[in-house]
Amino acid sequence: MKCDSGAIVVGAGIVGAACAEALARRGLSVRLLDARSGGATAAGMGHLVTLDDNDAELALTRDSIVRWRAWAPAMDEGCAFRGNGTLWLAASDEEWALAENKGARLAALGEAVDLLDARALAGVEPALRTGLLGALRLREDAIVYPPNVVRWLLRRHPGQISERHAEVVEIDGRGVTLAGGERLAADVVVLANGIEAATLCPELPIVPKKGHLAITDRYPGVLTHTVTELGYLGSVHNSEGPSLAFNAQPRPTGQLLIGTSRQFGSRDRDVDGGILARMLEHAAGFLPVLRELNIVRCWTGLRAASPDSLPLIGRHPDRDGLWLAVGHEGLGVTAAPTTAELLVGAIFGEPAVIDPQPYAPERFLGRSGAREGAEDA
Amino acid sequence: MSVALNRECDLLIVGAGPAGLAAALEAAPSGARIVILDDNPRPGGQIWRDGPGVRLPRAARRLRSRVAAAANIEILCGARVVAACPPKALLIEMPEGGALVSCTKLILCTGARERLLPFPGWTLPGVTGAGGLQALIKGGLDVAGERVVVAGSGPLLLAGAATARTAGAKVLQIAEQAGREALVRFGRGLWRWPGKALQALRLWSPVYRAGSHVFEALGDQRLEAVRIRSADAVLEIACDRLACGFGLIPNTQLGELLGCAIVNGAIAVDALQATSIADCYAAGECTGFGGSELALVEGRIAGLAASGQPARAAGLAPQRERWRRFAAALERAFVLDPVLRTLPTPDTLVCRCEDVPYAALAGCRDWVEAKLASRCGMGACQGRTCGAAVEFLFGWSPPAPRPPLFPVRTETLLRLADRRHSPPARPAEPGR
Repeated sequence: MKCDSGAIVVGAGIVGAACAEALARRGLSVRLLDARSGGATAAGMGHLVTLDDNDAELALTRDSIVRWRAWAPAMDEGCAFRGNGTLWLAASDEEWALAENKGARLAALGEAVDLLDARALAGVEPALRTGLLGALRLREDAIVYPPNVVRWLLRRHPGQISERHAEVVEIDGRGVTLAGGERLAADVVVLANGIEAATLCPELPIVPKKGHLAITDRYPGVLTHTVTELGYLGSVHNSEGPSLAFNAQPRPTGQLLIGTSRQFGSRDRDVDGGILARMLEHAAGFLPVLRELNIVRCWTGLRAASPDSLPLIGRHPDRDGLWLAVGHEGLGVTAAPTTAELLVGAIFGEPAVIDPQPYAPERFLGRSGAREGAEDA
Repeated sequence: MSVALNRECDLLIVGAGPAGLAAALEAAPSGARIVILDDNPRPGGQIWRDGPGVRLPRAARRLRSRVAAAANIEILCGARVVAACPPKALLIEMPEGGALVSCTKLILCTGARERLLPFPGWTLPGVTGAGGLQALIKGGLDVAGERVVVAGSGPLLLAGAATARTAGAKVLQIAEQAGREALVRFGRGLWRWPGKALQALRLWSPVYRAGSHVFEALGDQRLEAVRIRSADAVLEIACDRLACGFGLIPNTQLGELLGCAIVNGAIAVDALQATSIADCYAAGECTGFGGSELALVEGRIAGLAASGQPARAAGLAPQRERWRRFAAALERAFVLDPVLRTLPTPDTLVCRCEDVPYAALAGCRDWVEAKLASRCGMGACQGRTCGAAVEFLFGWSPPAPRPPLFPVRTETLLRLADRRHSPPARPAEPGR
């Protein structure tokens, strides 16, 4: 493809930064625009997690984590990469069976997994409550500090990516219009601004799912892995009312990052004391010592969710020149590298790194997509 | 979960300094059930901080004993407000645990804190705030025979020096950054507040130097000397302690969290000390720096207004006006010199909690970017210290506060889920 005037990427979160980096790597000059309205990248946990709810999610997260691990040696200390793995905790016979199935499935694919029985689990994470049946460990999972990964990505191709604080008010395949009326033209426009994408393209089926997080003071050594409950899987797909799931992550600072909650339809950023308290109560059920620890900060973020919980990656079927990388819900950080390769590979007509079909925007947009979307709703 | 610590009251006052105590006393005859919260171990606030061997001024003792004698005033010391629990309750943390305090009306008397500005060496052991050293001495720190330099800006320097001297320290120099001319002008106007003129004379020290500021603290493991610059000289003074504060900043965090309008960095109030939100008043330094006299009269007005006595409250307006003029004169005299922005070197720490040097911030465009890139303000003090410094250095306004306002035990935050935190309110008791 011919790219005389370069590319515009809207949204300087992790997905936009990864797309900008992939475009710059292929020789394009990239203008990265961000409204600084507070995106999910700065609010999230930075958990690089292999999820296998369905084949498409598994393919995306697996491929992405391989790419993260390839980036890791080059990243600076500020990126805070730690390959500390995830422990999926089983609290019931049903969840233990789930752990075994999940483990067998991932092992068959060549993932580095192992099952820990109750005793082994207590050995590696003694702060967890007693009575857990065990855990499935995913050794390839990791953590990062996403805001600094964004900065690292944008520095990789000096002179090729220019970042600008600007609010885009109109977008099409030929360029964007900024608040204030300025028009910027480009051959390629990538929309990667998460929850704000639907403001610019109302046809996108992106809705906010609000989450709460809390972080403790520094208590090094309380946990070593990111620990999360297998009940999480049931919880995140509950579409009625707020849902809670235990997720605790030891940060390199010695702090513990505690999540997580999901609320539908809420766009305000206020910390909801009731939800926060229930989330912490739930977390303390798994990590009893948490009750005695100090929380230093709490905040919220808005995940940009699509109807089928998979992102929209690819060409906008109705707007020539506009490319989409949105709707990652809680997986934007994990999936950013592969999202960028899929999208930018498609822009350049390269063979796809994984089957792109499950993420194709056509499933919601265009003539056939509009119908599917209507049935979904 | 036990809810035994939860409280309900008619009037909740946050802060037991002069403003809070005065507010409670004026409201007490109405019979309202009054709760005063304070995060210090004893009432009195910063100015009347109590401690072993402290002899408080007569006015302070009288106010405290009258408050103690009022049967309908309960003071909860060591209680810190960490979150709001709408519609009308605050989550507090006390040594014995967390509790929800629900109220009909609220008066914020959250005071002010010292502005600390970074310069090379300011994080060395032995360097404290000017008010900070005062508090340490009142808390029992022995400074007898120690060599102390006091520096920064504002009347607190003289007060801090006096406390140190009384405790047996040798105060070698008081470096006030404000220029001589501004101070002379201020001094000439002091006749309008004779009490203040007397106080200034009493605190006056021959080692007071206007138009000078500390620009470096030297030492290996702890402070050994300071370097002070004035128009005509650079001076190195060997010392054991540096007490250094650059004026006071209103504590507006709780007000902001509740949604009160903030103007010029202080909680905005009307003629009756009412904030922009219903049933919420504010008095004292959190509405702007002005000293204890202004805090007392503002507290009285707020207490009267919040207990249904607006006419009596309005009658105190002239007194308040008199002390507001004094506050304005102070503000004019002690404006910070822009040269103080040039003190940090690239490796001077700005955020002590997260060890963030000046160089890590210098390239950033705003507070949010700085915070995300460097962790500035993300530590235990939640940006209370570095936020004000950064605002002065770079002009970035800190973001709106979020709960928890202070680091808090998880157990305490769990109380936010208490369903029945607010039992049906009983009618107020008739007046005594």
